Amino acid sequence: MDLLEYQGKQLFAKHGIAVPSGEVANTVEDAVAAAEKIGYPCAIKAQVLIGGRGKAGGIKIAQNAEEAREHADAILGMDIVGPHGEGPFRVDQVWVEGGSDIAEEYYASVILDRGEKKLLAMVSAKGGMDIEAVAAEDPEALVKRHIDPSGFDAAAARSIVADAGLAEDALDEAAEVLVKLAEVAREEDATLIEVNPLIVTAGRDVVALDSKVTIDGNALFRHQDLAEIADTVDDPQEQMAKEKGLTYVKLDGNVGILANGAGLCMSTLDVVAQAGGAPANFLDAGGGSKAEAIVNALEVIKSDAKVSAILFNIFGGITRCDEIANGIVTASQQIDLGMPLVVRLDGTNSEEGLRILAEADLPNLHQEKTMLDAARRVVELAGGAA
Amino acid sequence: MSIIIDEGTKLAVSGLTGREGSFHGLRNKAYGTDLVAGVTPGKGGQDVEGTPVFDTIAEAVTEAGANTSMIFVPARFAAAAIDEAIDSGVETVIAITEGIPVLDMLSTYWKAKEKGVRLIGPNCPGVLSPGKANVGIIPAQFFDPGPIGVVSKSGTLTYQIGNELKQAGTGNSSIVGIGGDPIVGSDFIDILKLYEADPDTELIVMVGEIGGDAEERAAEFIASDISKPVVAYIAGFTAPPGKQMGHAGAIISGSSGTAQAKKDALEAKGVRVGESPTETAAIAAEMLRSL
Repeated sequence: MDLLEYQGKQLFAKHGIAVPSGEVANTVEDAVAAAEKIGYPCAIKAQVLIGGRGKAGGIKIAQNAEEAREHADAILGMDIVGPHGEGPFRVDQVWVEGGSDIAEEYYASVILDRGEKKLLAMVSAKGGMDIEAVAAEDPEALVKRHIDPSGFDAAAARSIVADAGLAEDALDEAAEVLVKLAEVAREEDATLIEVNPLIVTAGRDVVALDSKVTIDGNALFRHQDLAEIADTVDDPQEQMAKEKGLTYVKLDGNVGILANGAGLCMSTLDVVAQAGGAPANFLDAGGGSKAEAIVNALEVIKSDAKVSAILFNIFGGITRCDEIANGIVTASQQIDLGMPLVVRLDGTNSEEGLRILAEADLPNLHQEKTMLDAARRVVELAGGAA
Repeated sequence: MSIIIDEGTKLAVSGLTGREGSFHGLRNKAYGTDLVAGVTPGKGGQDVEGTPVFDTIAEAVTEAGANTSMIFVPARFAAAAIDEAIDSGVETVIAITEGIPVLDMLSTYWKAKEKGVRLIGPNCPGVLSPGKANVGIIPAQFFDPGPIGVVSKSGTLTYQIGNELKQAGTGNSSIVGIGGDPIVGSDFIDILKLYEADPDTELIVMVGEIGGDAEERAAEFIASDISKPVVAYIAGFTAPPGKQMGHAGAIISGSSGTAQAKKDALEAKGVRVGESPTETAAIAAEMLRSL
């Protein structure tokens, strides 16, 4: 689960890392009121879960109330696309914060290094820009060091920030920030914490001017405050899926997908794309053989207006295909899909499952024996690519 | 031969008294796995259909001779159960549980390394050595004994490929589900090493997915250390960046962890990568015939 900038900063503040003061606003009026309270210059910053906001016009400095109104009006409601094509993300909130007098811009992060199975600290004196580009162009400018699982103290942190070439008079404070970032990782179950830029002000204070924080969704049971944030999802289908306890990811095609198991589901999306189609979603039905689970899944998929045909790809292991077929028959009595459903059943008791479906003779239900044939069929029925 | 589990496996199941644990533990027993103990704190002295239950895994080792532990404990208690298993004296711990906080696994991973205990999973379907033993939730009917070793991050995708291999008239030395979490006890490399040393494995099928760099690391390792042919499949070409695709570990971060990068890394080292599960099984069967 990713946090918005201001939520990450609140987490930083909780752990004693300096952040500029600010307020969150959902409307232009609230943004102007916040700006008036904070004073000028102030920054109006789009709160979306993606980098590259500045380039996209999502961060503006206001010198007076008129500019605050103008910027808030422009930013609220805009769509921001990420540097890797993520999104678009609609801006529903802005964060209004006091202007900072920036002397230096650095980069600091603590991330989970999956390959090495350790936390990795990274620091660079070249902050305020795309760190992947810095790492590509000038690898030595980015100092990377694993955090010793037995402890990470100020001395270890200081050697990292010193090697990164940060200003001498900022080293102690920057080291302290790095130690606290590692503390945030451990205590808040964060798998990624990035501060870009970490600034030194004209008064030589070290302040986190931005935040990017990812919290491990599996650990939310021990973080009540963060679990509440996780409950707010913008996308209507993703919200509906969450309420129904389904693992769903929305994509932008027209072929609805329902499969069992995360790997098979990803593979189904790929095969549909290879057949010339555009998947509308990822939905892992799990062991969902019960009619209720199938109805729930189909309702979520169907609520996406783009979807024009659905593929139900099941490989029955422990779950038996005859149970799944019965679930599909019952579900079809409870929900009117109004579009073609292609079903591919393979694995345990698939013959029996196919027989049940054939006997039920459901309108607009198409059976296919293999995953590839099913993919081709659903793409054809959906009317080709979206 | 086979890897990790076989006729000599003596299994203790943590969580055997629970609904899922008893269902799968007893299925493993019915397959022929030597289920010697269940473990549930506070339920020592009871039994589950004749299998004695102990309070601790250490007792299952000393009293019942367990050498392999399977963890079927709810996520928030699972890391502690794995830690207990690592200290108990078993050689292998297979953790099925999904949803364990990743930072808990970080310390558990290193604990297993230090103690020299093989950890498989978590968030995995387990290990099957056809005709010998089954530890986990893999449906055994899709796999016959044979010369192909399978290692995979995914469950159902593996069953799909296994079933196609079976229909092509071949089978498996072992099937290892390493799990779909960001931190797992054994990576592709650890399992590839075992298959390389296993005289009954002639060919290896590796099933990866988006997220992390385990496939890229495996590609390097295959080039330097694996003499047996490897066929791979990667899922998630259509996955958008920044979205978790079911498995906690299946996420593209920025531009890293993409399916294309993994495919390219494997192909650069001469590993054939199938376009679909079906094609992957067909390539494996064809390569096996030409060996």
